[in-house]
Amino acid sequence: MNQEFNNLPDETGHFGRYGGNFASETLFHCLEALNAAYKKLKTDADFQQQFKQDLADFVGRPSPLYYAERLTKQQQGAHIWLKREDLNHTGAHKINNTVGQILLAKAMGKKRIIAETGAGQHGVATATVAARMGLECIVYMGAVDIERQAINVFRMKLLGAEVRSVDSGSKTLKDALNEAMRDWVAHVDDTFYIIGTVAGPAPYPEMVRDFNAVIGREVRQQSMDKIGRLPDALVACVGGGSNAMGLFYPFIQDKEVAMYGVEAGGQGLETGRHAASINAGKVGVLHGNRTYVMSDEAGQVIETHSISAGLDYPGVGPEHAYLNDSGRAKYVTINDDEALAAFHTLTKTEGIMPALESAHAIAYGMKLAKSLSPEQHIVVNLSGRGDKDVHTVADIEGVSV
Amino acid sequence: MNQLLTETLSNLNHKKALIPFITAGYPDPKMTLPIMHCLVENGADVIELGMPFSDPMADGPVIQKASEQAIKQGTGLKQTLQMVYEFRQTNQTTPIVLMGYLNPIESMGYEVFVEQAARAGVNAVLLVDSPPEESADIQTHLKAHNMQQIYLVAPTTSAQRKQLICDVAAGFIYYVALKGVTGAADLNTDAVNHAVKALKATTQLPVAVGFGVKDADSAVAVAREADAVVIGSALIKIIDAAADNVESVLQQVGEFMRPIRAALDSL
Repeated sequence: MNQEFNNLPDETGHFGRYGGNFASETLFHCLEALNAAYKKLKTDADFQQQFKQDLADFVGRPSPLYYAERLTKQQQGAHIWLKREDLNHTGAHKINNTVGQILLAKAMGKKRIIAETGAGQHGVATATVAARMGLECIVYMGAVDIERQAINVFRMKLLGAEVRSVDSGSKTLKDALNEAMRDWVAHVDDTFYIIGTVAGPAPYPEMVRDFNAVIGREVRQQSMDKIGRLPDALVACVGGGSNAMGLFYPFIQDKEVAMYGVEAGGQGLETGRHAASINAGKVGVLHGNRTYVMSDEAGQVIETHSISAGLDYPGVGPEHAYLNDSGRAKYVTINDDEALAAFHTLTKTEGIMPALESAHAIAYGMKLAKSLSPEQHIVVNLSGRGDKDVHTVADIEGVSV
Repeated sequence: MNQLLTETLSNLNHKKALIPFITAGYPDPKMTLPIMHCLVENGADVIELGMPFSDPMADGPVIQKASEQAIKQGTGLKQTLQMVYEFRQTNQTTPIVLMGYLNPIESMGYEVFVEQAARAGVNAVLLVDSPPEESADIQTHLKAHNMQQIYLVAPTTSAQRKQLICDVAAGFIYYVALKGVTGAADLNTDAVNHAVKALKATTQLPVAVGFGVKDADSAVAVAREADAVVIGSALIKIIDAAADNVESVLQQVGEFMRPIRAALDSL
């Protein structure tokens, strides 16, 4: 393998054939301004210092790299380490990105923040930083998701955000994203759009990755401190793919470190009810970038399914599409029932309740550990905590709480 | 009919071109053909035919809803091309611009799409999420079949980008009259005319104005400097409001179109 991975995207926002700026002309002005501001602040020492400070004092970083001793013993294979993003403020990795983007919004003088959300985690993370900065915040959310995630909707409202219900299309995350884009086009002058994943038109995939790359940088350092070397493999769940990209990116040149992205297999790839864009989608254009897209024969984007709302997205970040095709990372699937079992296993074995998204990574991490030798080490990104999913799990298991 | 769009727009004799937009397959697939002919009978110079897409990011609620209904009733890219083919059996003179988004075309493949569109009788395409920077591939195929690619210019488009767009565009330049999505309100007609005038100094191509044009008054107001006016959401609303039969839809469409045509001709 002789590709260079760490200088992507190229100047035009492409990761090989993926990514790019497949945006309406009405959005170009916003994207150009954002791109210019980001390129400038990316290397600005004061901005980076402020970001670092906020990650430390507001988010609570660094998050620990935890040795899952009992889980390791149970699998009888490689050592399993968990990157504890669940311990961040607001309970997931999502806050890394919103802390970064809100600083950018401030620097650009924007007064109004918009965001899309599916499960509500990114909406909460956005409402949180908007509250801290005293900025107006509007979160677009599909009507179906509002119904499913009532607690997060209330959390956003408590934080002072306005949650706008989206009734078009499948009334889920992808439609919320469309609606946020429409808002942005109509309010270009004063509005900053905080996208929650490594998708969207350039520079979002790059920017969201960079703000989350603190995860991988910490893991590198922590691995050296605790293992004395880099881990043999990294495992992270992939919906849009921001936690995975954040973990993978700082290791991208370390070819001896294997990378596994875990997609939502839903009820099984063969049923068609899943959200595995890389494993079962085809190359297309959605939300401003070329990537793998879940679409039907006619090229219409289809509804996806996953037990975890955060993985329920019909596209995937373009850099993942690139890493897949180049062979640098491998993308696998974990079904709903396997994720649910892993949710219980981790909870009972380590006393850590993972988000259902992260439970996909745990499930694959356990399989992988079993197949490796006891001298090897794997790091699984525990991207979020499971409190938000307690109701979902209770519902599935017929328990009324 | 290779240069039909260019010929049509250059033979207007100072008349303003009227370009109605409808979504293919809306309100049902059987009505599209009669509506297209009705538009021509009532003064359409060019027809912009929307290829329904599940995620029409640049469109407002009216066109999005029409797209959803069309998809639900089985109209996709293939069916849209078939409708153009059928239209061409009796009309070889009205240019057709296909408007839509890339994903269905990526799914079909650029080469197959362009070949089939050319065979059906499509003259140009307007692909909302295919800006000049991302169009090189499809342009190669379009040029091979003598089809034109139309691009949008927005009020926020920089001077540099305007030049870039005008350099690659063909057929006409579509000026977006407002900051927002299709069908939004609040047209500032003075600003539009000013911008169109400036745009016409940059390009030899005709300039059409759309987004937010809804009736004879607004059409006339934005047509002062422009060569053509596009009306979409307002027309879809008329179709939506009409009773659920062909006669009623065609009658309403005719009544909607005639005063706009007359007003543009009085300029």
